[in-house]
Amino acid sequence: MSSQLDLRNAARVGLLAGVVTLGISAVGMLESFDTRDLIVGLLTLGQLVLFSAPFFAGYRVTLGEGKSDVGPAAVGGVVAGALTAVPPIALILLTLAAPNIRNSLVNVSPELISLLSLGASEVVGSLLLLVVMAVLGVAGAMFHILPDAIRKPLVSGLGWMLGFAILSEVSLNILRPVLGRGLMRALFGTKGITPLLAAIIFVAAIGLTIWWSKNGKQRYESRKAAMSEAQIKQSRRVSIGVGIVSLLILPIILGTYLTEVVDNVGLFILMGMGLNIVVGFAGLLDLGYVAFFAIGAYVMGILTSQGALGIGHMSFWLALPIAVGTAVLAGVTLGIPVLRMRGDYLAIVTLGFGEIIRVLATSDLLKPYIGGAQGILQIGKPTIFGFEMVKPIHFYYLILAGVGLAVFVASRLRDARLGRQWMALREDEDVAEAMGIHLVSTKLLAFGIGAAFSGLAGAIFSARLSSIFPHSFNLLISINVLSLIIVGGIGSLPGVVVGALVLVGLPELLREFAEYRMLLYGALLIAMMIARPEGLWPSPVTKREFHAAEEEEAMGGAQ
Amino acid sequence: MSQRFKNIDYIGIVLWLFRAAIVVIVVWGTVSKLFLGQGNAYTATDWIDFLVAGLAQGSLYALIALGYTLVYGVLFMINFAHGEFLMSGTMTATIFVALPLSASGFLDANPILGMLIIMVVAMLVSVGVALLTERVAYRPLRRAPRLVPLITAIGASFFWQYFFRGLYGSALVPFPELEVLKGEWAVFGIAVLKTRAVVMVASVIMLIGLYVFIMRTKTGTAIRAVAEDKDIAALMGIDVDRTISITFATGAAMAGAAGILYGMVFRQVHFFMGFVPGIKAFTAAVLGGIGSIPGAALGGLFLGLFESVGPPLFLEGLGIPGAHQLKDVIAFTMLVLVLIFRPQGIVGERLAEKKA
Amino acid sequence: MALLEATNVTKQFGGLTAVNDFTFTVEKGAIDSIIGPNGAGKTTFFNCITGFYQFEEGAIVFDGHSVNGRSTDQITRMGISRTYQNIRLFSQMTTIENILVGMEPQLHTSWIGALFRLPPTVKEETKALNEARRLLDFVGLTGKGDDLSRNLSYGDQRRLEIARALAAKPKLLLLDEPTAGMNPRESAETTEFIRRLRDELGITILLIEHDMRVVMGISENITVLDYGAKIAEGGPSDIQSNPRVIEAYLGRGAAASATIEIES
Repeated sequence: MSSQLDLRNAARVGLLAGVVTLGISAVGMLESFDTRDLIVGLLTLGQLVLFSAPFFAGYRVTLGEGKSDVGPAAVGGVVAGALTAVPPIALILLTLAAPNIRNSLVNVSPELISLLSLGASEVVGSLLLLVVMAVLGVAGAMFHILPDAIRKPLVSGLGWMLGFAILSEVSLNILRPVLGRGLMRALFGTKGITPLLAAIIFVAAIGLTIWWSKNGKQRYESRKAAMSEAQIKQSRRVSIGVGIVSLLILPIILGTYLTEVVDNVGLFILMGMGLNIVVGFAGLLDLGYVAFFAIGAYVMGILTSQGALGIGHMSFWLALPIAVGTAVLAGVTLGIPVLRMRGDYLAIVTLGFGEIIRVLATSDLLKPYIGGAQGILQIGKPTIFGFEMVKPIHFYYLILAGVGLAVFVASRLRDARLGRQWMALREDEDVAEAMGIHLVSTKLLAFGIGAAFSGLAGAIFSARLSSIFPHSFNLLISINVLSLIIVGGIGSLPGVVVGALVLVGLPELLREFAEYRMLLYGALLIAMMIARPEGLWPSPVTKREFHAAEEEEAMGGAQ
Repeated sequence: MSQRFKNIDYIGIVLWLFRAAIVVIVVWGTVSKLFLGQGNAYTATDWIDFLVAGLAQGSLYALIALGYTLVYGVLFMINFAHGEFLMSGTMTATIFVALPLSASGFLDANPILGMLIIMVVAMLVSVGVALLTERVAYRPLRRAPRLVPLITAIGASFFWQYFFRGLYGSALVPFPELEVLKGEWAVFGIAVLKTRAVVMVASVIMLIGLYVFIMRTKTGTAIRAVAEDKDIAALMGIDVDRTISITFATGAAMAGAAGILYGMVFRQVHFFMGFVPGIKAFTAAVLGGIGSIPGAALGGLFLGLFESVGPPLFLEGLGIPGAHQLKDVIAFTMLVLVLIFRPQGIVGERLAEKKA
Repeated sequence: MALLEATNVTKQFGGLTAVNDFTFTVEKGAIDSIIGPNGAGKTTFFNCITGFYQFEEGAIVFDGHSVNGRSTDQITRMGISRTYQNIRLFSQMTTIENILVGMEPQLHTSWIGALFRLPPTVKEETKALNEARRLLDFVGLTGKGDDLSRNLSYGDQRRLEIARALAAKPKLLLLDEPTAGMNPRESAETTEFIRRLRDELGITILLIEHDMRVVMGISENITVLDYGAKIAEGGPSDIQSNPRVIEAYLGRGAAASATIEIES
């Protein structure tokens, strides 16, 4: 059975990969990714994406029961790879037939066509693409049937090399002050890494993987097993200490630009921690979360601004509790009308609240107070003992403190009575109430505490930027925060951090992504819900949460 | 009932105050507008204009709301991506059919045939996108907890929005103006913009057609059976998956048609055009009583009227500057009010609790 | 002395009268049952007692206080706990967390105390945890405290639901089909367990049950409901021989042969 060839499956997988390739070409993603070098002169991000498609199609074809034989695998790979090329070729030929197509499909540019036809003319390029993709399909199929001893080091070599290339900006910014100019030029391009560095990483990763599987893993495990109870505790304490210290010195290592990115991520972590309480712990799907962020930001802005709209001219520290308090008050007030709503209705109504706040912020009604579309300018900066916080690195510590506070509050409450009440509420509202839980106060506490963190993030946000405009507080922020806690793992605190790093940090580093951010978020939300609903870093309890329902249904059917 | 007052219900009191405040605002605003002459001075023609505009807008909401109501009736799920079904069909048909037809002069030569072609193409594309979304994003999750498909639907909504933005660009695309539809018709002595009249008539025809389809045909009966109880329907030999697909397709077809009418009235289409009308139409569906087809129609008209007449009437009456900017606020406030005080909507049963 | 007194309770859903002019008492320290065919209104009556439904007419008085118009959490705090026909545990919480949630009526410290780990909160939580462990032992779930409740076996889930109800320290425990889906051996164990609840903890028990062996073996007083109305009341032997009951269950004409089935 295992060596049998399923041609229909191969064709389906190939065509699917082709249609996806067509899609990312037509929306302009491929071309935009092509401007990003991974390995200078050898590989761009666009090429990587383009060539991954047939490779993985070929790889998928041989997926199934056990390992296939070489012959059938090769045929399957050719079919899958070649069919991957068909939809893009159709696009190339379409441009021949209808040269004006760009008027309709704005991203079908000559550059894209040249990228797809591998630099050759349309017809020759189409054939070339077909051949290359077929070969890559075979490569993918062959890759899958390679023995593990060869495949694993290869995977890690390629993975590290490409990962390093994609995140080259991080290492570039960290290493620039350390290494000399000449050395930097030998290792990094303006974008991406040089072939030299790529080769070094590739070889090193392969070497390390081989060493690890042969020798290192055993040694590490035996040493770990030999540790006494006290030693384990000691080593855990040491690693926590190292963690804290590295968090503290992180901005110094990263440099200004990366610190700014981390600041952004940090603000989203802060909001994520708050929304996680509302959605993850208490199960109340809130889509208007941006409202509290906006309220925190505007209150801070009005109270500390030196401009025309400023009232009070307060210091940051005096305004901060007022901003957070107002957000909490708004959270509770908006919570009251939705107390008796469940699930999806709650989602839509909170979305409505978010929109109301946004409309009000831009309206003429409130313009005399909050500036309408012109926003609020000259917002005050925080000062500590006469020292004014202006640089990203200063805000880094402020945000770090905020996140620390949020983590502290969220983890303490999760493990306490209130956390149990929230979870019971999430699981079964009726029974929770019948257990003696007061629904009103439990829900309002979730809304209030969630809003507090969002308000805090907003207050810091407005101080950091010195000026705020209503268009910064749109629905996309709410969706962003929701996406990051879902991708990280609903209800999981480390999940929030991971989610923010992936969904906020990564697009900042890969600016080519920026335009396609929402597109990818959308696809990611769907993919996560179908394939991995517990998220990237699930909390131990939620791990079984969503898969659970399916089992239950299956059991119910069997009874 | 009398027992309830023995245990003081504070939340109830707050909600009652909320309701009272809204009533006071509306009444006060209306009185000071009509009798104290606050804000702009409108003539009778202006008011009729507001009414007609509201009805036209409302019939569009009604058409879109059908998709929400049908899907909610069958799956108990808010199909967040419904507005994107509208947008996908409308943009595609505008760019690939309407603009070329208009440029070649065909559209002005054969306005009815031309518009029909455009509409059919829009409906087909919307249906295609809807079926794809249902198959890929919703069907695998049919047995999952309720929040899961909602999150997927949000994902699908943003995916399609930005997919079509990538495809067609983020610029506004003009919808061709038909020569025959310029100007006004006099209906019972009232001057009505021709486009608005067409929108209303087309909507009514489609609403009636849909009602007959659901109530009189075999497929419609299957849809109602699946809405009632999926398991029993399956036992009766109804292909549930297929019926659900048909439900999505029907809603999407209505949305596609609504999108073209929308383009006709506002004379432009863009990638974001589905989102706000989508949310408003959902509001309309809830307003009328989600799950009910006449409810969706009624809710749509009601919302359209309120949005159109409300700002000049009671918001200007309160002396609010730029009152028309706040029509979205009116819509969402109505949604909140309905969900708090009459979740079953104007007509229709209380489906929300059936599943709880 | 009557612990629970229902007088002329009527509950309607649209045109359907689910509970019809039902008058009923449970004495303190008793184990009583309500039986009746499917759809007779038994669970609806439970829902009226516990505040899930507001009933139109009549009165229910528990321990000298009216429950009319009270919310479910208030009624639980008055001393009525229940289990559910289709088990309703907090499935993604662990066994011990479920019991801790059941303990809500006994817990009083606020979340601020939990934030700063103030001594009163820590003391209360420790006490609650010990109490939960004790309950775990009592219902025979020792060692399963950290399992997610959904991963427990069916019988264990039933036991956990009872433990969760007991955690509220109720005076009256309502059990909705506690042996549904159990094999004869498990049913017998559960019957014995219910008796222990009354004898050792002094809790008054009212149960809905279909398994006649359980009902007849344990109940002191049995009330039969049909179409929402009471058709019979009395001790097990009275009920077994009551022709109206047999008729309600099996239809007219089956009365003679039915006595055998109930006894077997």
